Amino acid sequence: MSLTTAPSRDPRSRNAPSRKTAGRTPMSRTTSTRIGDWLVFVLLAAGAIVMVAPLVWMFSTSLKTKTEVFALPPVWIPEVPQWDTYVRMWQDSNILTGFQNSFIVAATVTVLGMITCSMAAFAIAKMRLPFRNLIFIGMLTGIMIPYPTLMIPQFVMFSRIGWVDTLLPLIVPAIFGNILVIFFLRQYLENVPNSIIEAAKIDGANFWQIFWRLIFPIIRPAVAAQFILWFMMIWNDYLAPILYLNTPERQTLQVVIANMNVQYATQRDYPLIMGASFVALLPILAVFLIFQRQIIESVALSGTKG
Amino acid sequence: MAGTASRLHRSEQRWALAFVAAPVIGYLLFTLYPVCFAVYASLTNWNGLGVMRFVGLDNYVRLFTDANFLESLYNTFFYMIGIPIGLAVSLALAVAMNRKIVGLTAFRTIYYVPVISSLAAIAILWQWAYNGDFGLVNQALALVGIDGPNWLASTFWAKPAIILMAIWKGLGFSMILYLAAIQSVPRSLYEAAQLDGANGWQRFRTITLPLVRPVTFFLVVTNVIAGAQLFTEINIMTPTGGPEYSTASAVWHIWRQAFRYQQMGYATAMAIVLGLLILIITLIQFRLNRRNSFAID
Repeated sequence: MSLTTAPSRDPRSRNAPSRKTAGRTPMSRTTSTRIGDWLVFVLLAAGAIVMVAPLVWMFSTSLKTKTEVFALPPVWIPEVPQWDTYVRMWQDSNILTGFQNSFIVAATVTVLGMITCSMAAFAIAKMRLPFRNLIFIGMLTGIMIPYPTLMIPQFVMFSRIGWVDTLLPLIVPAIFGNILVIFFLRQYLENVPNSIIEAAKIDGANFWQIFWRLIFPIIRPAVAAQFILWFMMIWNDYLAPILYLNTPERQTLQVVIANMNVQYATQRDYPLIMGASFVALLPILAVFLIFQRQIIESVALSGTKG
Repeated sequence: MAGTASRLHRSEQRWALAFVAAPVIGYLLFTLYPVCFAVYASLTNWNGLGVMRFVGLDNYVRLFTDANFLESLYNTFFYMIGIPIGLAVSLALAVAMNRKIVGLTAFRTIYYVPVISSLAAIAILWQWAYNGDFGLVNQALALVGIDGPNWLASTFWAKPAIILMAIWKGLGFSMILYLAAIQSVPRSLYEAAQLDGANGWQRFRTITLPLVRPVTFFLVVTNVIAGAQLFTEINIMTPTGGPEYSTASAVWHIWRQAFRYQQMGYATAMAIVLGLLILIITLIQFRLNRRNSFAID
């Protein structure tokens, strides 16, 4: 029994030689690291409970009756789960249109925006670009100016052309490109050798062909990673949508659930509020669970390199 | 020969300009023009629709005597207490996760879930988790015999409540960056220190901490910039700015002045002041960071 589990449970044995050279008996060190590992495991597990508990509580509350919500001691598993909450919420709310609007905004921005960003990153990293320094300074100042400083003039601009209460103010500025995404892709392109571009030029390819057939396939992993992160960011955005979207059917999901929160709190319908918020979390949660390795790696990369 | 080369260069330059055209046009239309417009608008009395009446620096004078704006600025900085706490906890988590223990990937995923979750949904969740009647937080506290306050209705507890929630949400992000930095530290460095008889804490202080410094710097800078723009949590959890304006953040106050009370000129002036404050603080941080890294060299 112990023979079969030992190798898989104890990857630390790889470090055994260095422990011996540390001059203590290998036996006691292994025991102390094992105790340490258990202690760390218990602490991390306790922390994990703190991280998950609110989300579990959210889901559990959504299945309670209105009276169970207030029950003392608290109920974690409702007597009769009120799945009806998840049926009710679609009826007189705008969750469905919220989903549609959020998807339209996030998909349009990321698909078109990634193309403009990749092209710009290619030009900055690999081409003879006039006014390079000026463009660089412009982009740096662009990063430094926070959205709240721009939101009022932008709002006035868009209201003058009649775009308030449409999705356009959320889509149009973003498809011109995102500076942070451009910087990340430019960084990634630094590792692509110039020689392959020179070779393509000699073969008579024009720059659009070089970009589309040669560069874009090479940077696709970086594009995919940024695509997911950007999609999540737009999906979760709240400030810009509440500035522009007034008609309930035109609101994005985040605004819809925030309004439901206000509306149903007066009726003390907390299960419905929790259910709606939980449903709003699900798509991104699913995307995260599927692509978690890629997402976490690209976050680590952009944070440590940027 | 030289003629063909320069002609090719010119053609390449035209292509390059075409490739950067979209972000450049986007920058001119949606950043540079709005900034110039904001500077002008901040010098006017304006409701967003009617005529812009030029009033000079009146708006800037007024904001220094606007108790609510000053309060919201104070609150915004107060919330930043959460930044060092959050970074310390996430560094500890990263160090813990650098060990080879069971379920590491699962832990990493669990700690990261709040980061990817919609802030609006999370704010709604915590608003009710802090509820005095049925909230999760007080139920948990009751287990250890503590009678919790009605968090968001208390001038004293509302701000710590929001800080706690922000730490909970951001922990996973800093943890991942710290973990990546720690894992890139060569093992031999720790082994050499161990040979020299350095204990765990000494190894952490002399090897880990200096080597994750760039990550700490990056996280402090980005967290301060993001913290200065706090809005969603405030607007959802405390729709009236909390008891006696005690949770109102600067962006929330600006948003309210502009879009509730149509004080567009005045709100723009406050937005410019906030933007400048963020810029100055960021520059100071870069300054300090440069000096410190010289000191280490």
